[in-house]
Amino acid sequence: MNCRSEVLEVTVESRQVEEAMLALLHTILLHRSTGKFHYKKEGTYSIGTVGTLDFDCDYIDFTFARVSSEELDRVIRKAVSEFKDALSNSGSDGMGQISLEFYQKKKSRWPFSDECIPWEVWSIKVNVVNLANEQERQICREKVGEKLGEKVINVVEVINRHEYLPKMPTQSEVDNVFDTSLKDVQPYLYKITYQITDSLGTSVSTTMRRLIKDTLAL
Amino acid sequence: MDRDLSPQDKKDLDKFIKFFALKTVQVIVQARLGEKICTRSSSSPTGSDWFNLAIKDIPEVTHEAKKALAGQLPGIGRSMCVEISLKTSEGDSMELETWCLEMNEKCDKDIKVSYTVYNRLSVLLKSLLAITRVTPAYKLSRKQGHDYVILYRIYFGEVQLSGLGEGFQTVRVGVVSTPVGTVTLSCAYRTNLAFMSNRQFERSAPIMGIIVDHFVDPPCSGQRPATMGHPCNYRAPDEEDGFAGVQDSQEVCTTSFSTSPPSQVGCTRSFLASFTFICFCLCPAALAGADLCHPAANPNQVLHAGKEGGVLLVPAYPPHGADAHLTVEHAPNTPGSRYISPDITSTRDDGRRSASPTDPVEALNAFTRKVGAFVNRPVTQITAASLDLPFAAFAPRGLGSEENDPMVQPPDSPPCPSPLQASLHSQGSEGSGPQDDFVMIDFRPAFSKDDLLPMDLGTFYREFQNPPQLASLSLHISSQSMADDLDSLPEKLAVYEKNIDEFDAFVDMLQ
Repeated sequence: MNCRSEVLEVTVESRQVEEAMLALLHTILLHRSTGKFHYKKEGTYSIGTVGTLDFDCDYIDFTFARVSSEELDRVIRKAVSEFKDALSNSGSDGMGQISLEFYQKKKSRWPFSDECIPWEVWSIKVNVVNLANEQERQICREKVGEKLGEKVINVVEVINRHEYLPKMPTQSEVDNVFDTSLKDVQPYLYKITYQITDSLGTSVSTTMRRLIKDTLAL
Repeated sequence: MDRDLSPQDKKDLDKFIKFFALKTVQVIVQARLGEKICTRSSSSPTGSDWFNLAIKDIPEVTHEAKKALAGQLPGIGRSMCVEISLKTSEGDSMELETWCLEMNEKCDKDIKVSYTVYNRLSVLLKSLLAITRVTPAYKLSRKQGHDYVILYRIYFGEVQLSGLGEGFQTVRVGVVSTPVGTVTLSCAYRTNLAFMSNRQFERSAPIMGIIVDHFVDPPCSGQRPATMGHPCNYRAPDEEDGFAGVQDSQEVCTTSFSTSPPSQVGCTRSFLASFTFICFCLCPAALAGADLCHPAANPNQVLHAGKEGGVLLVPAYPPHGADAHLTVEHAPNTPGSRYISPDITSTRDDGRRSASPTDPVEALNAFTRKVGAFVNRPVTQITAASLDLPFAAFAPRGLGSEENDPMVQPPDSPPCPSPLQASLHSQGSEGSGPQDDFVMIDFRPAFSKDDLLPMDLGTFYREFQNPPQLASLSLHISSQSMADDLDSLPEKLAVYEKNIDEFDAFVDMLQ
């Protein structure tokens, strides 16, 4: 099975990085999260309800809908904050890329560890620019809002192609497909990684793979 | 086409499409209410959340959607459309976007109705939640208030995009293949927001500064362009509200899925058996009966402040005689569609809530008694006397009553202006019209008494109403003083330098 890969690119001011990333990551996760599964006898299961919440950006003229789950929001914010800090530390004209990868686990025999097989990867490339005055910032605020809208439309277009999705698992295999650690919602297993490049285009640090969520300690 | 689909699957599919249509309307209208939406996730299925999404149902919106559908389902050649338009306080309107739920002939016979179609419809609703925040109308709806409101209109049949102006853009939200066709959800939105209203060219000369087209048109006249809709505004209904008919027809959805392979028919049946429904009939007559919509009644959008969720109320427009603004007409070539411009003011909640009609029709009629901008009321049922509104004398009185309409045929004496206006015209006069003779009335300020002091408040006020200007503010004197100041500056500076130690000590004392 080939992993589906989508790339989104945005150009933002440094203070807009966090909200732009949150907007896109939350939009993707909204589509890739379900309610909590409750397995019953006879091999049936019921699904909980996913609520949504509108978030107004402060630095961008944009509002996006996200999953109504504070736990999930905390996890995403932590990852985005680390990415933003890494971008700031790399220099003012830095570029970076944050990736949201959905994967499923494949059980391997002992002594081999379980294999993580990605089935969808979203890469968001970020170009950070510096603006000279408030007027430019105001224009940027609106322009970035429009661009994010276009990216949301791109995301929706890809998702509604209804291409490969992992098969719904049995109760024993649900942790290989879904992240069941949250109390209120159940996203597909995912991990967020990022990579920073400086203005010269070279990688100033090795790719830092941060496993934000894993249900099994490896 | 349907012969490969089992009767149970067909029934389920129809139900999914019906509730998908209703939820689509809810998502679109709620996204145009003007404020942020927040619903809670629940780990346990509640049984009433279709497509496993927490989308609240505004009863009025469901009612309108069901009326528009009139027992039919979106199908090939029969699209369900939600039109969003903007209407200013002056009566100009503009279509902003049209959301279309369509179906084409492309079928996917192999797809599982009960699982795959259901889940894909759920994903499509999530996409709709995302896209409704992206189109230009969202920002406009968040800023609605004094200057304009956002209205919605639901219709069924052929898609009408001509009102969106030139160069409108289309965004496709998504598609879901089913065994009977492919469901497509898309949005066409206006890009040219320059205000061009057809009505501007049809308006006659204003009478007494009030635009004529605010007045009641006879129902079914078909003469005016039908551009009205419901305001995207909501109140949480009270328990006495007469929408029992709509709520009775709601269904409980208890979704339960099977992890067995789809090839096992037995397991499929057990899955299907776990759906529980309130008895529901797709018969159009039953649906019409469930709506309990009296032909003469006008389902009005009754609006209170939202109990929770804080829906912003659109403030009442400044009262002027032309605020009674009604149209009930059936759009040509669009059976089942209605243009309704309901009430958006809700300052008399107590009066409305105290009424507890048992009959939903009476409830609807009770709701229509509040008149404000964009209200739709049956002229045969409501008289101005039963209304409590400013300038009630100018409220339309009945069908074909233009000859009696004071706004069309102005009375001989002009309306009474506001007390403020009157006081500007004549000092100390109250309530006199500009064309009447001035009547001198003793100016009696509030809380004043004649016998307490030799000079009462009113006398004091009159005497010192026009005091002389302060000498220091006059140009001649100020220029002189400035020249004097400039001349004396060197002397002052010398003094300050001499006493600089004192000043420093003073500053140190303050720190």
